[in-house]
Amino acid sequence: MGKIALGVTAASCALATGLFATTATAVERLQADGSSTVFPITEAVAEAFQNRTDYQMTVGVSGTGGGFSKFCRGDTDLSGASRPIRTGEREKCKKNGIQYYEVPVAMDAMAVMVNPRNDFVDYLTVKELKKIWEPEAEGKVTQWSDVRPEWPDRELVLYGPGTDSGTYDYFTAAIVGEEHSSRGDFTPSEDDNVLVQGIANNRNALGFFGLAYYEENKDILKSVPIAYEGSEPVEPSVETAESGEYQPLTRPLFMYIKKSSYENKEIVRKFVHDFMLNADLMRERVDEVGYVRLPEKAFELSEELFKNGNTGTAFAGGSKIGVSIEDLLKAKRAD
Amino acid sequence: MTHTTLALNPTDDRHLSGLIQRSQRADLIFMGISVMVLTVAILMLLSLILAMAVQGASVVDGQFLTSFPSRKPEEAGILSAWVGSVAVMIVTAVLALPLGVGAGIYLEEYAPQNRITDLIEINVTNLAGVPSIIYGLLALGLFLFTFGMGQWIAVAGLVLALLILPVVIVSTREALRSIPGSVREGAHALGADKWQTVSLYLLPAARPGILTGLIVGLSRAIGETAPVITIGALTYIAFLPPSPVKTTPPFVSFEWLTSPFTVLPIQMFNWISRPQSEFHELAAGAGIVLLGLTLLMNSLAIYIRYRLRKKPTAK
Repeated sequence: MGKIALGVTAASCALATGLFATTATAVERLQADGSSTVFPITEAVAEAFQNRTDYQMTVGVSGTGGGFSKFCRGDTDLSGASRPIRTGEREKCKKNGIQYYEVPVAMDAMAVMVNPRNDFVDYLTVKELKKIWEPEAEGKVTQWSDVRPEWPDRELVLYGPGTDSGTYDYFTAAIVGEEHSSRGDFTPSEDDNVLVQGIANNRNALGFFGLAYYEENKDILKSVPIAYEGSEPVEPSVETAESGEYQPLTRPLFMYIKKSSYENKEIVRKFVHDFMLNADLMRERVDEVGYVRLPEKAFELSEELFKNGNTGTAFAGGSKIGVSIEDLLKAKRAD
Repeated sequence: MTHTTLALNPTDDRHLSGLIQRSQRADLIFMGISVMVLTVAILMLLSLILAMAVQGASVVDGQFLTSFPSRKPEEAGILSAWVGSVAVMIVTAVLALPLGVGAGIYLEEYAPQNRITDLIEINVTNLAGVPSIIYGLLALGLFLFTFGMGQWIAVAGLVLALLILPVVIVSTREALRSIPGSVREGAHALGADKWQTVSLYLLPAARPGILTGLIVGLSRAIGETAPVITIGALTYIAFLPPSPVKTTPPFVSFEWLTSPFTVLPIQMFNWISRPQSEFHELAAGAGIVLLGLTLLMNSLAIYIRYRLRKKPTAK
């Protein structure tokens, strides 16, 4: 035992010295973090750096807000975001001297779902959705007949993503008209698979979440076509989202790139030019992970941002609903 | 004396056998309830394991263990996750064992009986009940923000070592306490001083108990997610920590301690929240590997304990 004790002590001493006696490595590392919605895309691109000895890429998932808090502290080179950067976050970045490029990389559509046994819902207008989800609806709009009088007097059971998610933020901005504001009496879950199960098991249910979760569960869910500003109802799908018909529940997903990392780190430049701005490759990968591709023109416009050193966000005035990606990329930017 | 006279009386005899019968019946009922409770618990455990095995068994193979995560489910694996888990566990064990055993020996053999010792004892027991996320926050504030350490394997090992320290301390004390006082008295009678008694007689006798405590602690630590996420474990990582063995002198390298990492529970969580059911199967597969690692650790402990128990008698 004496020998064992000695050995253990020696080992822990060696370990402790090892902690602080680390040498700088020649490996260049790209540290990415941010939204869990953007994660599959980041992961799909990061695979390109697999098993390289000169470049290494790591991806964390802290959510859009958590990602920005690390990004604006200067800890990460890239932050995935399912909503644009907020004013508070911009100020923090500015304070720490962090400049960034804001690049849309894909789109994500949100689908409104009901139970397949629900045979009366043919479509919903944005106005009706607002009637269901606005804060004033709490305790008042509790039956399907409250939404449209010809529908039955059945209880209306609501499901939605957690209020910390970018999905919830965008949905409320697009439907209610005010970000982060909705009724409180719905069943929230951070895990979209829980929402899928909830809606699939309750014939009175209605809920919303990312299109990819509907695509995987088409047999147990029924999607609801959405009518926006008097136009014909549009079925949610990758095609209608890509063509821009499915509005207003299609949102862009972003990657924010730290300017100083782009200028000083070869791996970041490589990531940006070989992958992120490579239209063919990105569109293929985005398709593979179940999101909606950006038009090719968007990649050219993004490239110009880097060429002109055009940093900052196009959303200085808050969230924009129903703006095309091209207009977004041409919009004026502010740090 | 009285009961023999009682037994002679036939009515009392009947009364007595009735009593016995009744208590036997009560015994039987209690046993039935116990067996029922046990069955429910075991059935629940079995169904959990079975559900996971059915869902995940098909994905666990050599390729699964030797590949990095991927966007394509059929190419995805858990190499970085299991290597990360094992590396973190090694750091945890190396740190928790000397600290925990040392503290246990001090409290049991050396500490004077006073208020301060009482206070330490109460706090050690209380620490065992502190939620793991609190340890994570402590590590974030102390190691990362104050000491400027990074999101390293070493930091994860450190925080998990703190987490299981109470378990190791308590089991060390229990093991020392269960050694008969005659062993201590015998050692002292032969002229051994306190340290000789502890190192030559008490610790060897306490080894099985200490080891059990360490393994119970490590089994808890390997499934922990909250503190590891708090200090910034990653979700996707496609390289391994630098090798601890080098071809050039001094042949050993501790660079791996400061490497970024991920662990199995985080990889599982990431996969389970994906929309595609193929990724859910991968998550179940990772669960099987995690369970396998825990069982491996436990059986290793049982084996070592068995060897240690045999040794003294063989001498």
